[in-house]
Amino acid sequence: MSPRLLATIEAAALPILAVAAALLAFGVFAAWGGYPPLEVWRLLFVGAFGDAFSWQNSLQRAAPLMLTALCVAIPAQAGLMVIGGEGALVVGALATAALPYLMTVPPSLSGTLLILLASVLAGAAFGALIGAMRQWRGVNETISGLLLAYLVINLFKHVVEGPMRDPASLNKPSTRPLDDSLMIGTIPGMDVHWGLVWGVVACVAASIWLAFTTHGFSTRVVGGNPRAAGLVGLPAHRLVITACAIGGAAAGLSGGFEVAAVHTAANASVISGLGYAGILVSFVARHQPLAIIPVAIVLGGFGAAGSLLQRRLGMPDASVQVLLGFAFVLILAAEVGRGRLRLPGRARGAKAP
Amino acid sequence: MSLPANAMRLETIGLTKRFGDFVALDGVSIKVQPGTVHALLGENGAGKSTLVKCLSGYHAADAGALILDQREQTLASPTDARRLGIGMVYQHFTVVPGMTVAENLLLATGELPGIVRWPRVRAELAAFMQSTPFQLDLDARPVDLSAGQKQKLEILKQMRLRPRLLILDEPTSVLTPQEADEVLGALRSRAHAGECSIILITHKFREVLAYADEVSVLRRGLHVASAPVSTVTQASLAQQMVGEAVSATLPIERQATPAAPARLVIHDLHAHGDRGTPALQGFSLDVAAGEIVGVAGVSGNGQRELMQALTGQRRILEGSIHVAGTPFRGTRTQNRELAVRSLPEEPLLNACVPEMSLADNLSLRTFDEPAFAHLGWRKPGALRSLAATAIAAFGVRTRGPDEAIRQLSGGNIQRVVLARELSGRADLLLVSNPTFGLDFAATRDIHRRLLEARNAGCAVLLISEDLDELMLLADRIAVISAGRVVLTCPAAGADRQALGAAMGGIPHDYPPPVQLSETEIAA
Repeated sequence: MSPRLLATIEAAALPILAVAAALLAFGVFAAWGGYPPLEVWRLLFVGAFGDAFSWQNSLQRAAPLMLTALCVAIPAQAGLMVIGGEGALVVGALATAALPYLMTVPPSLSGTLLILLASVLAGAAFGALIGAMRQWRGVNETISGLLLAYLVINLFKHVVEGPMRDPASLNKPSTRPLDDSLMIGTIPGMDVHWGLVWGVVACVAASIWLAFTTHGFSTRVVGGNPRAAGLVGLPAHRLVITACAIGGAAAGLSGGFEVAAVHTAANASVISGLGYAGILVSFVARHQPLAIIPVAIVLGGFGAAGSLLQRRLGMPDASVQVLLGFAFVLILAAEVGRGRLRLPGRARGAKAP
Repeated sequence: MSLPANAMRLETIGLTKRFGDFVALDGVSIKVQPGTVHALLGENGAGKSTLVKCLSGYHAADAGALILDQREQTLASPTDARRLGIGMVYQHFTVVPGMTVAENLLLATGELPGIVRWPRVRAELAAFMQSTPFQLDLDARPVDLSAGQKQKLEILKQMRLRPRLLILDEPTSVLTPQEADEVLGALRSRAHAGECSIILITHKFREVLAYADEVSVLRRGLHVASAPVSTVTQASLAQQMVGEAVSATLPIERQATPAAPARLVIHDLHAHGDRGTPALQGFSLDVAAGEIVGVAGVSGNGQRELMQALTGQRRILEGSIHVAGTPFRGTRTQNRELAVRSLPEEPLLNACVPEMSLADNLSLRTFDEPAFAHLGWRKPGALRSLAATAIAAFGVRTRGPDEAIRQLSGGNIQRVVLARELSGRADLLLVSNPTFGLDFAATRDIHRRLLEARNAGCAVLLISEDLDELMLLADRIAVISAGRVVLTCPAAGADRQALGAAMGGIPHDYPPPVQLSETEIAA
């Protein structure tokens, strides 16, 4: 078996094993709470992928996760650990809702594209800021991303409840709803909005960029060994900041979709932890954009199954958060097993001298 | 720890070790007399590392017996070996990078008290260090130490345990001749005083002839011969090691090259080290086309920072670097236009992306050139065929161009980096410790390629901690000490002692560098 094939199998096996172990742990947890574990597992599957309705629900939840996961995965390819996707999503949402306030947006498709562009640019600026602070001032990107997210969330709330507030929204402060012609509809034949398509396209495009373009390759070299990148003269600062900007742009776009397709206006519902869930998706997918697509669907499925668990068994639907928590801890623990998987019955050969 | 302080007698009988189909050791029988220094000579892959790993309990032999002090022993693990008083200093550093020297030395004994009383421990460690030939700052961290200093720390760690048999794997690879003499002299005195026996893996004939009492030669897993050192010569050892007559002269002729203006001009370079302390303090040197300028020095005097500054990996505070008259910043365009190539030390750490394949690593300089990419789109086919050619031309032993580079052995990784850097035309070569830890044939190959480049008109800056290598290859030698050049001279007929003295001395008032001309050396 070629070393490449072996490495790929190992790369896929570890996250799958981790998720399976998380399901097992969740079953034990449910049993401890007095719920029948076998039934829990059955309902998880049915609620996620049992029928067309469940599928739609899962895909609906998966759509934003694909984009927010890219906010972690792409900087990770450049060697950074950025977890501020929630912040990029929020600035994207704000930009989408704010554009009609600042200028007259043309109706229909061109207008929609314009407001989505605003969310992309806002997210990109957010990401670029994190990258720039790291490259030019040495600020740790994990911490700065998280703190900047808090910052923009509070800014968002301030703006939504203050200057941009729609007077008609009394109980729940919100911006003025977007014009109907700007709203994004569902994919024909499905109940899921177009954000799903953009999510899939973005992941595929990212994976092509990384594998086949010189720019993507340069980014991976900087991520793989910054010293070697410096030796061959690659512009590390530019590459890192660009990668952060691209990641931020993806999360910003998901924020744009949250406003334009789901909530019709910017309000507190937009801040629902999608950015943080994207972190888990990216880790399970080992930061590979192509793998993000199935992982987002699986994790979206878990979320969809939560309501079924509540209806049938009386388990609080938030209990799937526990499942996601197990998954995250186990996927991190699974990194320990990297490079140590052995196929049964095959001794490892010695290194070539 | 109170181990009996007398030296061990060791004998192996028919030791055999296999890894799958590969036979690493085939019936090796050697005898180490107590209180002697026994040298183990052999090429990469000859089995010396495997043999000593069996002796230190790291591997379990498949067949054969191990007799310590005339009693047969089975070593199930390194703990067993240590309990019996066998200590080993590995070729790859095993110090804990994030802990200080004092903490590393404390860890070395393996027994930690519940509460560490640091003042007492520090006093004890300081006294211990005074009794050894090496001095290290107790508060330094290995990550700040150079390779030579880390090596000394490794030896100190083992000496803490007062071993009865001490095995050293290439211990002087990164030490100066004086330091190597100090280390080996001190170890030999310990052995002859009956405190321990020593097995010394080395490839330096000079050391074998000067410090060992007996030598055993391994070749391809087989024991070729053992003899007292008084009865062997360098030529006979080389022949036994490689299996054919080996020349001690240059691999290819050093051709006369026309006098040329300086291609690399380093002027008054100042830079800080990783800890913010000054590392380069006014370094100036010129290298002309068609010459090899060697930079000799004790490791830790700024060589690492010099290489990093030259390759654009370290910020320059003052001073300038000019290549062919242009200020050099190490950008990709400049590297390509000025044909600057580099071979840094520890290639896996500094010149490769460990997770990527051989093919990808080989393409790092050229992946965006028109032959391999079109409008930003890579051509994987062209890259793989380039990789296959390079692997064949430079003799890299691997399973294929898609293998991850970190799976390769050190020598093969170095060959990959060489293949990448020397494949095209190079007008300036920046080289640092290129043959560290490599076997005879690989070393000779690299020397040949460096001379070929020089003969073709390339300017070569060769930073090396191996003075023998510099004296063999260089046209001129500059000695670096405390971040400055303190002596330059032609290499032909240079006095080793003078060079060694310059390497070791750190005068505080910096006199201008001593320029020794041909006539002064001859006098």
